[in-house]
Amino acid sequence: MQQFIQNLAEKNQHQVTHLLEILREIQARYHHIPADAIEQLALLLKIPRTQIISVVEFYSFFTDSPRGQYELLISDSITDHMLGKKNLMEYIVSKLKVGVGGVRSDGLVSLDNTSCSGMCDQGPAGLVNGHALTHLDRSRIDTIAELINQQIPLADWPAEFFQVDDNIHKPGLLLSQGIVHGQALKKAMARGLKATLQEIDQSGLRGRGGAGFKTAMKWQFCSEEAENERYVVCNADEGEPGTFKDRVLLNSYAHQVFEGMTLCAAIIGAKQGFLYLRGEYLHLVDKLQSVLDERRQFGLLGNNILDRLDFDIEIRLGAGAYICGEESALIESLEGKAGIPRNRPPYPVSQGYLGKPTVVNNVETFYAAAAIAVNGGDWFASVGTAKSKGSKILSICGDCARPGIYEYPFGTTMQKILTDCGAEDVLGLQIGGPSGTFISNQEFDRKLAFEDLATGGSFIVFNNSRNILDIAHNFTHFFAHESCGFCTPCRVGTSLLRQQLDKIVDGHGSAGDVVALEELCQLVKTHSHCGLGQTAANPVLTTLERYPELYQSQLKLISYEPGFDLDAALETARRMANRDDAGAHLAQTDAE
Amino acid sequence: MTKTITIDGNAIPFEDGQTIMDAATAAGVYIPHLCHHPEYTPHGSCKLCTVRVNGRVCSACTFPAAEGQDVLNNTKDLNDDRQKITQMLFVEGNHFCPSCEKTGNCQLQAVAYYLNMLDDHFPHFYAHREMDASHHDVLIDHNRCIFCTLCVRASQQKDGKDVFAISGRGINKHLIVNSKSGQLKDTDLEASDQAAHICPTGAILIKRTGYTVPIGERIYDHKQIDEVSLASEAEDHG
Repeated sequence: MQQFIQNLAEKNQHQVTHLLEILREIQARYHHIPADAIEQLALLLKIPRTQIISVVEFYSFFTDSPRGQYELLISDSITDHMLGKKNLMEYIVSKLKVGVGGVRSDGLVSLDNTSCSGMCDQGPAGLVNGHALTHLDRSRIDTIAELINQQIPLADWPAEFFQVDDNIHKPGLLLSQGIVHGQALKKAMARGLKATLQEIDQSGLRGRGGAGFKTAMKWQFCSEEAENERYVVCNADEGEPGTFKDRVLLNSYAHQVFEGMTLCAAIIGAKQGFLYLRGEYLHLVDKLQSVLDERRQFGLLGNNILDRLDFDIEIRLGAGAYICGEESALIESLEGKAGIPRNRPPYPVSQGYLGKPTVVNNVETFYAAAAIAVNGGDWFASVGTAKSKGSKILSICGDCARPGIYEYPFGTTMQKILTDCGAEDVLGLQIGGPSGTFISNQEFDRKLAFEDLATGGSFIVFNNSRNILDIAHNFTHFFAHESCGFCTPCRVGTSLLRQQLDKIVDGHGSAGDVVALEELCQLVKTHSHCGLGQTAANPVLTTLERYPELYQSQLKLISYEPGFDLDAALETARRMANRDDAGAHLAQTDAE
Repeated sequence: MTKTITIDGNAIPFEDGQTIMDAATAAGVYIPHLCHHPEYTPHGSCKLCTVRVNGRVCSACTFPAAEGQDVLNNTKDLNDDRQKITQMLFVEGNHFCPSCEKTGNCQLQAVAYYLNMLDDHFPHFYAHREMDASHHDVLIDHNRCIFCTLCVRASQQKDGKDVFAISGRGINKHLIVNSKSGQLKDTDLEASDQAAHICPTGAILIKRTGYTVPIGERIYDHKQIDEVSLASEAEDHG
């Protein structure tokens, strides 16, 4: 192991910023991060061991105790559940003879849940040693169990198990008309960089990750900073459950995304860019590397691009942390640290990666910017609404006949989208993922727009067979799992929210409990440090607002129910005393 | 011409580079806080210093003071929320004030008194937390850690060491120490280190000194935390 780690450190030039890549390779080889590896790395990278431990303990894909040689993770997105994940998981447990969260006694296989893996249109999905598995069903699990028992290397598993489809059903303004490689850069150079920034301003393009900050303004601010060293970062940490459009853009339109990044570099004066790719998209890395190589060969990346520009792009992988989609947490992660959102100000445009001015934009934003550089700002701005220009690429999943990728002009109604994707008997929609909004079937005349229903791309359809409380329950657990734990309201609040909602869903709630739930929601929403905490209560708040009677009907008709089950708490005592008679049981309340 | 901000209707002078907390403290205005200490880089994590700046919720310890800011601090709404945030800290760990040797000198307890916290409000987590009594002179009781990182910062910024760090994610956050064994005795911490004395709660204690000052004669037994805090911190902020 010593030699392996030494080589790994050398390969990464002993750079602390590459800590996640180094740990990813150690995890891949040893299926955990051994304590000795941490000791050796601390010396090689000249950092305290605590810095490495805190990274290992932060990211879901790193473990300090050994996992199986086949690390199997099953996606826990609501959409996987709608495709029968719960039953499938029980089948996996019985077939592989390993519990959820456990390692089989022979050390061959381990099993656990993982947050949405971005395959919602082709689930139930999972990951094996980081590689995406799609369309899981009982027959595939049977085969997988055999493959594991015979210790067949992943390279020899059936290729269709790992097949990931684009499923583009409705191309719009951007998807229906790609650009020729290099065209955006050539046009921008010919027009002038200042004039091109003006075109982007004119286009009205706003950040496509969800927050919607004006792209031209971000680039402008960054270019005006006094520093000489600047960075471009493409946020491909597509972690919002139900979102997978960046996966498709990177699979089939990576040239245009990289061109958008290069354009940004030319405008702000950056020499180095990063694609921060979520760890779940490991399967895209080789393909993306070859696109980068191609661009270097074409003279569109590297030194002396079009005789004007030096710029290159490095791919960095995440390791299982939703919070890294927040731009300052992403930057921390790029620097080799736990993804904890920074205090702002200063904003990344003035102090970002390594404290230098940095533009962080979503994949789709760069993709659109490249098209705008070619076709002009008016071309883009002629589509959409007054406040939301252009089009939006949606990843549609859940209860519809044709899940996949759809592109619409802003201003399109929900009804139109639902008709297109073949959704029937609809109960409601989750727009923008768990951090977004739930709308009921009384609101389908509402529009896709920053000023009405904003989304980073997630669009989940629920039909009338679904239970609202199951949805709120899944999302609320998701946030408690993904909270980085930095600030009190989110760290403690998301866990309290989980407990309080469970209490109500499990039928232990009483009169004051919905009020207490709502009060807790407001507290977490108002006081949390970053977007995660500020939106973690949305699943409860947006469903409670629309279906208050549903929550109320879960409550018991007593004035107060303790948060624990009195009789269940006596179980240990009964077992120890070897008693199970009536006298060894306690009623929860006098009323019972 | 001095620049000013307004806090609860009063004009408060500030200099460029000061945070709202700096300006307030220098002017004798108390804003509740636990993770903040004027000698160390602000952290902004406990969220007790939450104020409203022109309507927007901000952490006073990290937010730069600027001309035109109308800050709300000592309002019922804010203090109610601060009380709930304090209650969150209480239920997250295991804080048994009457049996804790820090009682009376504990800032968490004192802030709770200041905010008139009379119960825990939320259900307890009853988290299983360990103690580390391995060090000859210093004890860690993880039950009382609130992840303020003051020991982490003090060790780095004052002692020139790297004894402490916060690890883990979400509700599983925990304090770790820099030694191969993971035990405090194998770190280079000394009882004279600033990091061993900075803890606002009873999570890091100096051994054999717990009851040299009797209960009843301790810092917050007779004075509220606002008075104590301003007296000791105003100079650092000024």
